[in-house]
Amino acid sequence: MSTKNIEEKQYLLRFKCDTKSHLTVLDHDVCMTQCPDKICTVFCPAEVYKWEGTRMQVGYEGCHECGSCRIGCPYQNIKWEYPKGGHGIVFRLA
Amino acid sequence: MPEKFDVIVVGAGPAGTACALTCAKSGLNVLLIERGEYPGAKNVMGGVLYRKQMEELIPEFWKEAPLERPVIEQRFWMMDKESVVSFGYKGLEWAAEPYNNFTVLRAQFDQWFAGKAVEAGALLINETVVLECIVENGKVVGVRTDRPNGEVYADVVVLADGVNSLLSKQLGFHKEFRPDEVALTVMEVINLPKEKINDRFNLEDNQGTTIEIFGDSTKGNLGTAFIYTNKDSLNIGVGTTLSSMIKAKLKPYELLDYLKNHPMVKPLIVGGESAEYLAHLIPEGGFRSVPKVAGNGVIVVGDAAQLVNAIHREGSNMAMHSGLLAAETVIEAKHRGDFSEASLNLYREKLYGSFIMKDLEKYKDAAHTFEKYPQYFNEYVPMMNQAMSKFFTVDGTPKRDKQKQIMKKVTQERGTIRVIQDIYRAWKAVK
Repeated sequence: MSTKNIEEKQYLLRFKCDTKSHLTVLDHDVCMTQCPDKICTVFCPAEVYKWEGTRMQVGYEGCHECGSCRIGCPYQNIKWEYPKGGHGIVFRLA
Repeated sequence: MPEKFDVIVVGAGPAGTACALTCAKSGLNVLLIERGEYPGAKNVMGGVLYRKQMEELIPEFWKEAPLERPVIEQRFWMMDKESVVSFGYKGLEWAAEPYNNFTVLRAQFDQWFAGKAVEAGALLINETVVLECIVENGKVVGVRTDRPNGEVYADVVVLADGVNSLLSKQLGFHKEFRPDEVALTVMEVINLPKEKINDRFNLEDNQGTTIEIFGDSTKGNLGTAFIYTNKDSLNIGVGTTLSSMIKAKLKPYELLDYLKNHPMVKPLIVGGESAEYLAHLIPEGGFRSVPKVAGNGVIVVGDAAQLVNAIHREGSNMAMHSGLLAAETVIEAKHRGDFSEASLNLYREKLYGSFIMKDLEKYKDAAHTFEKYPQYFNEYVPMMNQAMSKFFTVDGTPKRDKQKQIMKKVTQERGTIRVIQDIYRAWKAVK
């Protein structure tokens, strides 16, 4: 079967997760008070960002390391690093 | 490991590996650093590898490289909701040596390619992130990695660290990219038996097709979708500029599923099994977004230097060629014993004199034009479909009357002056 939603898509992938997040929301108040759209929760291709009412939950374990959130955050509120060497997503095909 | 190398290359993608391979072949002491578990583990591409620039690095590579299919047909679809206007070219000269281009799966290809650099004498170190360039007296003299005591020194550091190139940003070679300078693209690899691919795309074994899809594939936003045939799988993907994605509040994976369920697309992939899902940014700012590419002891290549021609979906070939030009520059600098910016600016000269910067210059206004004037994607594509439908539907209307009706509809919808402006603007952007 071909996938129908993001959960099924993410399930196809292999991740070697670090215990520490390589993505950091610098100030959750900025998300709460200045960013009604919380657009990172929309365009992130892996649905890493989820708004939980008062803070942004960052599911870094499923990150594709594309960089969109760093560039697309309207408030430059995301500190974006690479996961530790050998960690993070492992593409096996394309 | 020696304390100091002739050259350190950061990133084992097409650009970095091309550079490492060429330097190693000429006898330089090369360290190639890759952050993934293996070269290719972090690398993503729709899947078209061009023969010409690869052949310059490894003659007749197609005899041993892990390739999928030589592309013998390139189709272009202008797609509306329930229709498509298509054109393309299929030629058997592309089915024989020396070929034009190939579909590839990067995880395999990049490992093989990096292996060639290793065979030539480069030292490849995987699972290592370069945190920063070591700068002394205004000159890059090495890199600091995330390994214990992970400082390594070299005469030259080549930054092939990809679209995000945190390292060239740290050096102040460019500011953070804007959302309209990058395209967010997602794709799936869908397994499908070889016979089905051959039947559905009208191919023999060892023949491939690429389809580029404009219009409803991105819901009218600035971007494209694609379907490429591998041996026994398809790559299907879609991307728009990150700015368009933000403006339209699109979820990229929902756009991909929309594409997969589109009535023009679905019959091609039905029954297939998803094998991988991948997201990646493509640097699409073009000519004006190319950063400073050479400094004291440092050179920037490939995606890190924004070397992508989005209009012709060329990127990996530019990456490889820039890697080659960087290597030539390093080799000459080594002879001179001068790794200053003035010396390494030879790379800049080579780059700007090559097809890479000439092509980027040709299309320097294209991305901006199509971003600013979205009518090309969201108005003209549907109009083309309606015009073709009208023209080819036999309903007793004389053809000359049909032509008049079509022209009237177009000029009514957009206005005659605006149509002329649109045509002139598009021509200017790509001439």
